[in-house]
Amino acid sequence: MSIEAPDLSLAALLPLLFVFGAACVGVLVEAFGPRESRHPVQVGVALVGTLGGLVTTLLLAGTGEVTAGGALAVDGAAVFLQATIAGLAALSVLMFAERNLDPARSAFVVSAAVPAGSVRDRELLTVQRVQTEVYPLTLFAVGGMMLFVAANDLLVMFVALEVLSLPLYLISGLARRRRLLSQEAAVKYFLLGAFASAFFLYGVALVYGATGSVRLADVRSAVGAGDGEVLLVLGLALLVVGLLFKASVAPFHTWTPDVYQGAPTPVTAFMAACTKVAAFGAILRLLYVAFGPEEWTWRPLVYGVAIVSMVVGAVLGLTQTDLKRMLAYSSVAHAGFLLTGVLGYPGAGDPAGSGLPATMFYLLAYGLTTLGAFAVLTLVRSGDGEATHLSQWAGLAQRSPLTAAVMSLFLLALAGIPLTSGFTGKFAVFRAAIENGAWPLALVALLASAVAAFFYLRVIVLMYFSEPAADGPTVGVPGLPTTIVLAVTAAATLVLGVVPGSVLALADQAAIFVG
Amino acid sequence: MSDSLLLLAMLVVPALGAAVVAALPGDREATAKQAALGVSLVVLVLAVLAALAFDPDGERFQLTSSVPWIPGFGVDFALGVDGIALVMLLLVGVLVPVVVLASWRDTSPGRRSMRTFFAWLLLLEACMVGVFAATDVFLFYVFFEAMLVPMYFIVGSFGGPRRQYAAVKFFLYSLVGGLVMLAAVIGLYVVSEAAGEGTFSFTALNDLDIDPTAQRLLFLGFFVAFAIKAPLVPLHTWLPDAGAEAPIGGAVLLVGVLDKVGTFGFLRYCLPLFPDASREFAPLVLVLAVAGILYAALLAMGQSDMKRLVSYTSIAHFGFIALGVFAFTTEAGTGAVLYMVNHGIATGLLFLVVGMLIARGGSRLVGDYGGVAAHAPKLAGVFLVAGLASLALPGTNSFVSEFLVLIGSFPTRPVFTVLATVGIVLAALYVLLLYQRTMHGPPRGVLFPADDDATAGTAVPEPGHAAGATAASPAGVTTTGTAGTATLTRAAGVATRVRDLSRREVAVVAPLVALVLVLGVYPQPLVRLVEPAVAATMSDVGAGTPDSSEGTD
Repeated sequence: MSIEAPDLSLAALLPLLFVFGAACVGVLVEAFGPRESRHPVQVGVALVGTLGGLVTTLLLAGTGEVTAGGALAVDGAAVFLQATIAGLAALSVLMFAERNLDPARSAFVVSAAVPAGSVRDRELLTVQRVQTEVYPLTLFAVGGMMLFVAANDLLVMFVALEVLSLPLYLISGLARRRRLLSQEAAVKYFLLGAFASAFFLYGVALVYGATGSVRLADVRSAVGAGDGEVLLVLGLALLVVGLLFKASVAPFHTWTPDVYQGAPTPVTAFMAACTKVAAFGAILRLLYVAFGPEEWTWRPLVYGVAIVSMVVGAVLGLTQTDLKRMLAYSSVAHAGFLLTGVLGYPGAGDPAGSGLPATMFYLLAYGLTTLGAFAVLTLVRSGDGEATHLSQWAGLAQRSPLTAAVMSLFLLALAGIPLTSGFTGKFAVFRAAIENGAWPLALVALLASAVAAFFYLRVIVLMYFSEPAADGPTVGVPGLPTTIVLAVTAAATLVLGVVPGSVLALADQAAIFVG
Repeated sequence: MSDSLLLLAMLVVPALGAAVVAALPGDREATAKQAALGVSLVVLVLAVLAALAFDPDGERFQLTSSVPWIPGFGVDFALGVDGIALVMLLLVGVLVPVVVLASWRDTSPGRRSMRTFFAWLLLLEACMVGVFAATDVFLFYVFFEAMLVPMYFIVGSFGGPRRQYAAVKFFLYSLVGGLVMLAAVIGLYVVSEAAGEGTFSFTALNDLDIDPTAQRLLFLGFFVAFAIKAPLVPLHTWLPDAGAEAPIGGAVLLVGVLDKVGTFGFLRYCLPLFPDASREFAPLVLVLAVAGILYAALLAMGQSDMKRLVSYTSIAHFGFIALGVFAFTTEAGTGAVLYMVNHGIATGLLFLVVGMLIARGGSRLVGDYGGVAAHAPKLAGVFLVAGLASLALPGTNSFVSEFLVLIGSFPTRPVFTVLATVGIVLAALYVLLLYQRTMHGPPRGVLFPADDDATAGTAVPEPGHAAGATAASPAGVTTTGTAGTATLTRAAGVATRVRDLSRREVAVVAPLVALVLVLGVYPQPLVRLVEPAVAATMSDVGAGTPDSSEGTD
């Protein structure tokens, strides 16, 4: 018996190899590097890994090949999304590396194993030692995400899902302050995430049962031929549930507010930006590539879920009093808007549709804006960490006009006001939906945007039109890393709003799925 | 400078001015004011140059320029004006310097710098220019929405006691309308894409033949946005709040220009792009318009807050404008456009005078004033002119436009026109009652504290009194304004509290008073600019009767 070696295009795999390689180096540094020098080295390794991933994906622009024995599809869409993930991850790593804001020099706990509230824990609270395991863990998650959007095979997709999820569960529990909340978030995320993974896996099994293959291309031909429809549709539903969970689409969003609130804010930013991109990348690939010929199987489902997500996100967002939870519900609402773009699928055989590029552009724009918004959250602090309660933000514009102005920019972008990236993104996805006749959905989406605008505005009202509280929070002076993050995200939010032409064109060119 | 760059300059100059004013250090308020005044005067000059360069008998859109903006969406950065847009630009050009001058001595609530106010004002001017000068529907939408942000901050940061509520209400109403319009804007693009090439260019879209069902949906999308903006009656509730809470300068621009974007939108977008749907929905719109005229006039009479009162009169006037637009005759349409300009001038003036009165007394309530005319004759005189212009007395500018609207609407819509005429009588009532109560009668109210002792039972104690009163008495009299400690003689009280118009205030109102009178006697230049554009619009909607338009000359 002879085993054929699968074809392996190393060039196409370079970004993945780069990121995973950096992650492994990070583990070695963690094991053998001297403690004093670990932090700068780990930050350097993580930055090299993510930026290297970004550069190598950019070099791949224009490729469209199926490689690794058909398991990976490195096509325009995959490259665009991988580059987005790598870039956003690099910005997140910069936020992790911020050492000026917290008096104890880091947002992460010194020793996660010490029980919260114990004597040892209280001793460690003020120690200026920093723990660095978060960097290799993040790199593994980033690698998983980049694998996720390129997976051309349901099993690889599942493996990628686990590779990206497990480190995320861990790093959400690493907050230095309010540790119980953080640990609760980690456990919730893990339990619900495990359920979602099980759904996904069961879906893979059913699809395999119906078609005899886990390759997306084989599923596609089976779907086209009309084999085993009941099993297929059931399998599809389970697969989609697993993915919607990761994308925090309502009604699978219940973990989102708790985890966003409990996790350390830089980690929340990383999850909000990168996980969303990865999950939607996988949703797009699964629906368009595997189930494209039989739209009816998923269109009603996505249509309904999109409405639920927009309404739930917008309405529950209104009732929040904590900024991190508010941004979590905002993320749920935006997931609904993204699904509106997903519905802009023009049908099989018509590659010129605007749904795919619109959704990809929205992911990029939303990722940058939400990352920036969370970065602003890390600046505003009271005695016990970040001041995330709404009332604490009253009159912030008088304390720190620049911080308030930057936050307002992000909030207006999230609300979709013209001349910000949020508007361009919304316009793109709604146009895609209306072009495909889904104008009632677009109308619901627009009304949901109006409702959501209310809670974004409320923050602006508080910052600008209210008098500051006497014992309000202080606005920390960020170090270089957070300053870079804020500058990049704010500039991108404006540029993608005022002159989005070239990026839209890029997304248009990249909107190709092979496989 | 090439003519086609005039519009771009009108857009860029105030935007850059706003950036410069905002970047000034916090203690340079005087410089900020001077810079804002200078920039707004430059824009006025540019607007006049544009009017001179415009040939009323030439192409429909002139001074055009266009560069691709977002090729992926088929969006061009296309500017150009027809006669209607041009007169609105002139109105913007006139009102903004007046508002800057009127806000010269304003102080902001809290510790905010007035510098920010002037920066927002200039940014608002840039957006207003953009909204009227855009000939690309997408570009129009962008300015339409972007305009909300500066006004939101003007109301929310510098307004009255309930400014937060008013600012959010204003923003959300407009945003909801705008988002519904966004759906229609995208729909328009999709329709044009199906008919050939996807475009947002107004002229290209105007040539399209859209099927009736799509027309109906798209018309409604645009209509809701404009009806909220204008505002027509069931959707008007945000305006009295915003108008009452906005600082005077903001209120003038809000009612004088921002709301005109709604009626401008009817004329520019609803009628030409969706002629069938416009004809179909016209009766409905006319019902709303006439209901607005009567209902808002009645509400205006019942108001005790002067700024709310003026806001309600505006809603009534917007009813007249909508009547003129949807009567589908060239005279009525021309009248409606003139009404948009004249209302901006007349109501702007009325708001300014009311603001000057409020600055003296510190109270917005009608009942807190009385007998002001005897001590401040110039103030009362201007108040009277503004009031008469609002009720459209012959010889004032509004008369021309109101008369044109009514005479133009009567042949096609007699019933609505007759009902609207009742609104004129009501207008006379609410304006004259306001004037009589505040300016005549025995001296009483917050400006005459000596009398408060006699009428202490009826005087409403309000915290604003003391502050307003001391602000209005630079002589530094030690009165606290409360009835019990006001031991001044009446003569002294009058001397310190009721100042007549200062030279700055005269400079603020003089141009508007002059316009009220000049345009009342000789409206011909405006009519000449507006009429060809209206005739073109009416022929788009298939209802114009070009030969009947001679009557307006």
